[in-house]
Amino acid sequence: MSECIDRIKEISERLLADGKVDMVIGFRKGTLPMMNEPCFARRAADTVHLVWDSNCGINLANYLTDRKEKIGIIAKGCDSRNIVTHIIENKIKREQLYIIGIPCRGMVDKRRIADRFGGEIEDVFEETDTVIVKGEGTEKRFPKTDVLQENCRICIHRNPVIYDELAGDLVEEQADVDRYEDIRKIESMPPSEKKDFFSNLLSTCIRCYACRNACPLCYCPTCFVDESRPQWVGKGQDPVDVETFHFLKAYHCAGRCTDCGACERACPVGIKVRLFTKKLEKDCLELFNWEAGLSLDDRPPLDVYRPDDPDNFIK
Amino acid sequence: MKIIKIDKKTWADGLERLKNQYRVYGPVKEDQGFHTYQPLQDGQQPDLNCLNTRLSPKAIVHPQSHPMFEYSLDEKQADHHIMKPVEAGEISRAVVGVRPCDAKAFQLVKLNFDTPEYKDPYWLNAYAATTFVGLACNDPCSTCFCTTSGCGPFHEEELDILLIDMGEEYAANILTEKGAHLAGAAGWNAVEEEMGMDGRLADQKQAAEAKIRSFVKTDRLREVETTALYEAPFWEEIAFSCINCGTCTYACPTCWCFDIQDETHGQSGKRMRNWDSCMYPLFTLHGSGHNPRSTKIHRVRQRFMHKLKYFVDKYDAGIQCVGCGRCVRLCPVNIDIRKVCGLMNSYDTSACVCPTP
Repeated sequence: MSECIDRIKEISERLLADGKVDMVIGFRKGTLPMMNEPCFARRAADTVHLVWDSNCGINLANYLTDRKEKIGIIAKGCDSRNIVTHIIENKIKREQLYIIGIPCRGMVDKRRIADRFGGEIEDVFEETDTVIVKGEGTEKRFPKTDVLQENCRICIHRNPVIYDELAGDLVEEQADVDRYEDIRKIESMPPSEKKDFFSNLLSTCIRCYACRNACPLCYCPTCFVDESRPQWVGKGQDPVDVETFHFLKAYHCAGRCTDCGACERACPVGIKVRLFTKKLEKDCLELFNWEAGLSLDDRPPLDVYRPDDPDNFIK
Repeated sequence: MKIIKIDKKTWADGLERLKNQYRVYGPVKEDQGFHTYQPLQDGQQPDLNCLNTRLSPKAIVHPQSHPMFEYSLDEKQADHHIMKPVEAGEISRAVVGVRPCDAKAFQLVKLNFDTPEYKDPYWLNAYAATTFVGLACNDPCSTCFCTTSGCGPFHEEELDILLIDMGEEYAANILTEKGAHLAGAAGWNAVEEEMGMDGRLADQKQAAEAKIRSFVKTDRLREVETTALYEAPFWEEIAFSCINCGTCTYACPTCWCFDIQDETHGQSGKRMRNWDSCMYPLFTLHGSGHNPRSTKIHRVRQRFMHKLKYFVDKYDAGIQCVGCGRCVRLCPVNIDIRKVCGLMNSYDTSACVCPTP
């Protein structure tokens, strides 16, 4: 996948040199192994810093919200679906964007690699399908498929759904993926067990809001947890307030979430917050045959009325 | 004061004895794979193989949510609408396995909670009731930059005892009266005299310091003009990737900011003190609706200017950072205080030129 970088630089440099865009949003190399940092280039010369590899899991659509410039943006499958959602929700205009599409083979899970490696990691690099991890005097090789982020392992939209130019050859989409194994397990729990499961899941939350802020969908000028008139939830560590935040945040993403995994990737205490959004994704698929961000022409299910709605209460 | 030898075979017994007099906290591994400080139950041991905890031990003295007062709104009650202090019932606490950087952080935080004009009773009472048993870092992490931020892997400030892992035993350097009392309660009394451990300890300290690979330069921070630094052109670039979450501030052992909120349930309520973060827009939102730090550039700049410039100027006690590296490791978008400190420290106002388009 890192072979895309030459094309990314070439396209970005051209766009900036020709004045087609005011800035290109992409990634630069981070200061730690397996971390790249979202960055912008405003001059053609700045594009030399751009990088692309399996550590670009942050969703760049998050950096487009309400921007006024003409922007070149690097977009893997999930980013492109969130760009579509942003356009539908009027957070950016299609004409403002030049989308550099990246067919994606998945991002690696830095925590899984750290767990499996054991010691302090000094350097990580990748060859085609292998991730090579170096520590003090040791080296371990992992097949990339074993260390993918969970959302990438079950991704069925690796190719960008919208783009102006591609920086690599389209990849084969994964078929026969069971996206909802974990969700079915939770659905089958009796209510009390479910309650315990969720309480336990959220017990380490520190309310830093990294999950919310990493999410391209969470762009409200004032989030409901920050409202003070009226104040909907307490701001402390009371489990009821912590759980209310997570449940409502997930509901606000119903029919919009692309399962990009930015929330879980950002969480400093490793909470599997995707279990909430995926349940709603599954419901939207089953009730409305809907997957978010695939087309600019279809309205999301929660902002249209259909006479044939599968639920009776709305008819 | 003196050095005591603790055989690792008897370590657990000593800790159990401690639990009779102290509530003992130590690093415990969570199901998610990282460590947190937790009160240890009978028979439960701290995991001293932990490199460091995911969050700092600051919450033991300054909890994320803390009830200060309680009140009743029920007018049938004689004391309705009167704030009554919540009795903390402080019992003696011991924190075992504190890393020297995290201990040093209490000294910096104390500058805020213990001033000539104002003494914060909640923080000071909890702090006074706590004995800190440190654990020297024989093997610091790659992101530790303690030696250039005012402490080091064997640093002793704010610790009551410093434990040094010597293989078969711990050398316990008793540093304060509190520490001596704790050692007595644990039955740790084998004073080390003959083995010449001092020499071995010095070697081990030197070896640990030599393993620190990450550094910051802070020598020019005081002299760089505040307004010039505030106006520096690099803030837009630093702030770009920031998502304005509170991870860095909540993970930081030296961030002390809090918010006060009344939580009412029916007819009764509590006045809570909760951690707050300068990364949040709400932190500075005025009642008028005006927000003096309305953009993330303002907020990111504030965090770094506070830690690396305002604090340095105000207290003359170095930077408000102990080099634990938590924010570096946990930032979801890899904003790195070491890099920002470098930019600030090397900022040359005379060389400032506008970028050519």
